[in-house]
Amino acid sequence: MARVEVRGLSKRFGGFQALDEVGLTAREGEFLVLLGPSGCGKTTLLRLIAGIEEPSRGEVLIDGRVVNDVPPRLRNVAMVFQSYALYPHMTVRENIGFPLKMHHIPKAAAAGKVEEAAGMFGIGGLLDRRPRELSGGERQRVALARAVVRNPSVFLLDEPLSNLDAKLRVSAREELRRFQRRIGVTTIYVTHDQVEAMGLGDRIVVMNRGSIRQVGEPREIYERPADTFVAGFIGSPPMNLVEQGDRLVGFRPERFLPAALTPKADAVAWSFDVTWVEDLGAERLVYGTLGGKASEGRVVSRIPASVPIAIEAGRAYPFSVDRVDLRWFDRATGLRTEGGAP
Amino acid sequence: MAGIRKTARRATLYGRLSAFVVFSAFPFYWMVIATFKRDHDLYAPANNPFVFNEPPTLDHLRTLLFDTHFLTYLGNTFRVGLAVSAITLLLAVPAAYSLARWAKRWGEALGIGIFLTYLVPSTILFLPLSRFTAGWGLQNSLWSLILVYPTFTVPFCTWLLMGFFKAIPRDIEEQAMVDGLSRLGALVRVVLPLSISGLLTVVVFSFTLSMHEFIYALTFISDSAAKTVSIGVPTELVRGDVFQWGPLMAGALIASIPVAVVYTFFLDRFVSGFTMGAVK
Amino acid sequence: MTGQDDGGGIRDRAGTLAVLMIAPAIAYIVAMIGVPLLLAINYSLSDATTGDPVHHYAGLVNYRSALADPVFRLALKNTFVFALVSQSIVIVLSRVLASALSMPFRGKWAVRFLIMLPWTAPIALGAIGWLWMYDSIYSPFDWLYRRAGLLGKPGDPFGPMTNIYWLGRPTLAMASVVIVHVWRLLPLATVIQLAGLSAIPGEILEAAEIDGARGWRKAAWITIPLTLPIIGIAFLFGIIFTFTDMTIVYILTRGGPVNATQVLATWTFFKGIEGGDLAQGAAISLFMVPVLAGIAALLLRMARRAEVT
Ligand SMILES: Nc1ncnc2c1ncn2[C@@H]1O[C@H](COP(=O)(O)OP(=O)(O)O)[C@@H](O)[C@H]1O
Ligand SMILES: [Mg+2]
Repeated sequence: MARVEVRGLSKRFGGFQALDEVGLTAREGEFLVLLGPSGCGKTTLLRLIAGIEEPSRGEVLIDGRVVNDVPPRLRNVAMVFQSYALYPHMTVRENIGFPLKMHHIPKAAAAGKVEEAAGMFGIGGLLDRRPRELSGGERQRVALARAVVRNPSVFLLDEPLSNLDAKLRVSAREELRRFQRRIGVTTIYVTHDQVEAMGLGDRIVVMNRGSIRQVGEPREIYERPADTFVAGFIGSPPMNLVEQGDRLVGFRPERFLPAALTPKADAVAWSFDVTWVEDLGAERLVYGTLGGKASEGRVVSRIPASVPIAIEAGRAYPFSVDRVDLRWFDRATGLRTEGGAP
Repeated sequence: MAGIRKTARRATLYGRLSAFVVFSAFPFYWMVIATFKRDHDLYAPANNPFVFNEPPTLDHLRTLLFDTHFLTYLGNTFRVGLAVSAITLLLAVPAAYSLARWAKRWGEALGIGIFLTYLVPSTILFLPLSRFTAGWGLQNSLWSLILVYPTFTVPFCTWLLMGFFKAIPRDIEEQAMVDGLSRLGALVRVVLPLSISGLLTVVVFSFTLSMHEFIYALTFISDSAAKTVSIGVPTELVRGDVFQWGPLMAGALIASIPVAVVYTFFLDRFVSGFTMGAVK
Repeated sequence: MTGQDDGGGIRDRAGTLAVLMIAPAIAYIVAMIGVPLLLAINYSLSDATTGDPVHHYAGLVNYRSALADPVFRLALKNTFVFALVSQSIVIVLSRVLASALSMPFRGKWAVRFLIMLPWTAPIALGAIGWLWMYDSIYSPFDWLYRRAGLLGKPGDPFGPMTNIYWLGRPTLAMASVVIVHVWRLLPLATVIQLAGLSAIPGEILEAAEIDGARGWRKAAWITIPLTLPIIGIAFLFGIIFTFTDMTIVYILTRGGPVNATQVLATWTFFKGIEGGDLAQGAAISLFMVPVLAGIAALLLRMARRAEVT
């Protein structure tokens, strides 16, 4: 277990600024998720922490020690690449045992550890196969087993579930979480999938264009996004944002409901011109505009199936949001501002 | 109707292929005939030259193997090939890796530059290089060839290996570095084992190209004990002014076929070096 | 080896390693290709001979005397003729051969092996085979012509003599050399073209057939345009190999009869090595440079275009 910290970390590729002054701490034993759209620099940040890439500026610290000049092999981190990067010319057993061999662990002890790691991920029966004879899910487990086998102090996982099919991804997510809890190793996990991030992370770091937009617990990120980027990136569909003077008002689609369902006292009401209704079974997604504001105010409402009110496209309905569920953002900076309605 | 068309198309195909096979392989068939023909049959203008008019004989083979330096030439060729392969590997592997992985902007340019040096022909270089080898006292020494042959193997093999190395996913090396290897260690322990077929290709080309080489050998070596097959056979198997066609053809045949077999296996890789990315 | 140290040694520094690893190859190439090339230029501007390599600057004398020499001019012309004629033939034949080889048929490996022999076997030895086939007395071609009544009696179309003397008559000797060049380069051009053909996505060909293109129309509108860059590459490499080749002429004719088949490469050898006139030899060989540079530039452009697409 270790504390991982980066300070003022920047990385340039030629003229392109991939990371800009990133500062971040992963606490001991924490499951920290780096979340952001593809190309925002998540992998780059992970590679800088692993030591595969050298920072243009800034420091990486592991347990308080600056490791900028320490090569990857001596940082005691384990990494799982998005591609899994299994050694194609080695069997599963040799793949998992490779880090031990490189660290001169005696053969007998190593063999035991390999069996143990393989057992942990239920791949004990595959030890003599080659990577190309494995399914995607099996490869992912081999990569994880290889990562845990030498008790690293940090796990770096780069979108380890993105190559799995949707169903497998859900069960793998759960397994991964349980396993991390059990061994309690500090884990930094990269994903562009917000559902994965919400489900897995102790804390989430939301990144965009090479810098950090918000760090916080999943609930906090969801409820109190730091800016319009985070508001628009998290949630599916994301937060509605509507112009209101020099500010933007935001509200989650599931909070934007027929007026009959919200207590009158402290609600803000709108007339909702419905243009399209999608019935997804468990819920309905209702698209439309807020009365009078025409196209600029396109919003979505998410109504659970338990609400029986009939809604049709082409008509207007009274909708409202509880005042406590409104979020306000500065129009110019996009940052969230405290305070209620004008 | 369709059946007839199909048959006709097949017939055209086989006809074409046969014509080409005859054109390409006839000289070698000609070598086979001469190798086993008795002199009396061989040197008779009236005899049908395409068949054995008298029973075949092993006399020419015997002459070639026991009365000429042919085996010495083979031995020399083998030694030169081996040494050139080793030097080529030593120079081209690190260079190609460095260009493929680490050199960013100048890598591509330098790689193409190295490939272009392959286009500098031996027919320009042999004059100045003959002064070099003379200056180093290497005339009539196999060392002159061993030192000079990498001028055509190194550029070409560096270029070929760059392709091999680029095809190995970077992730795998980086994984190896996280797993406990240095950058150099990752190259030796992970990348090289994964590029075995590339390394084998380099060895095969260094060997075959060395064996094919004619001009440098002709220029640097006049002592018959130091000749390679490529010059030994055409220059030495002549008695006075008279060509000894039987042993000559036997020598050409024996030296050609094994190298051709090996080369054929690797031909596609060789060609991939020429297509320069025009074929993906 | 690992684990004891905690700093990154040289083994971990990519920048340093990159330079260290490429340095030997570059040093070798500079020393054994770059320096000799400069030396060749230097010789060509001097009065050096093999007996007396200590040389004095002589200006363009060697180039001027080369150009004044009719044998040189003949060699220059022959070099172009051999390369262009043989490679034009090779491009056409290799196209036909490559499409035949791209069809499925039994015994492909053996056919391929036999067809590739001229390229895969050492050319000096292959040329020796041809020398025997062009023999002034025992040529099998002559035997066939005599048998067919085309040669050997007064009034026969190929003359009354018993033999054709393939390498003994200037024009025939040139044709003989061209044939061997074609024979030698055909396999290389064929495999390059095969690589081009196999890179055409099958769907494009199927779409073309659905659109009604078959046979020569498919070739003219689909396969040839699509493989044009690769045809160009085969042609340019063929030119380089034939343009700079000395082995075939050296073995078949040594430039004869009376220099009728002399090329730059052989003339360089005879002047520079056998004649010992380093300066003159170097000047002759350097006449190849403009053509080679032009081809190199074309290849570069093709490589760059391939990168873009
Ligand atoms: N080695 C490199 N050279 C140049 N640009 C790079 C390199 N690695 C990453 N980048 C660029 O940096 C940006 C961030 O990449 P990355 O960290 O891989 O993003 P992601 O968040 O999708 O993992 C991307 O725009 C990518 O193109
Ligand atoms: Mg990524």
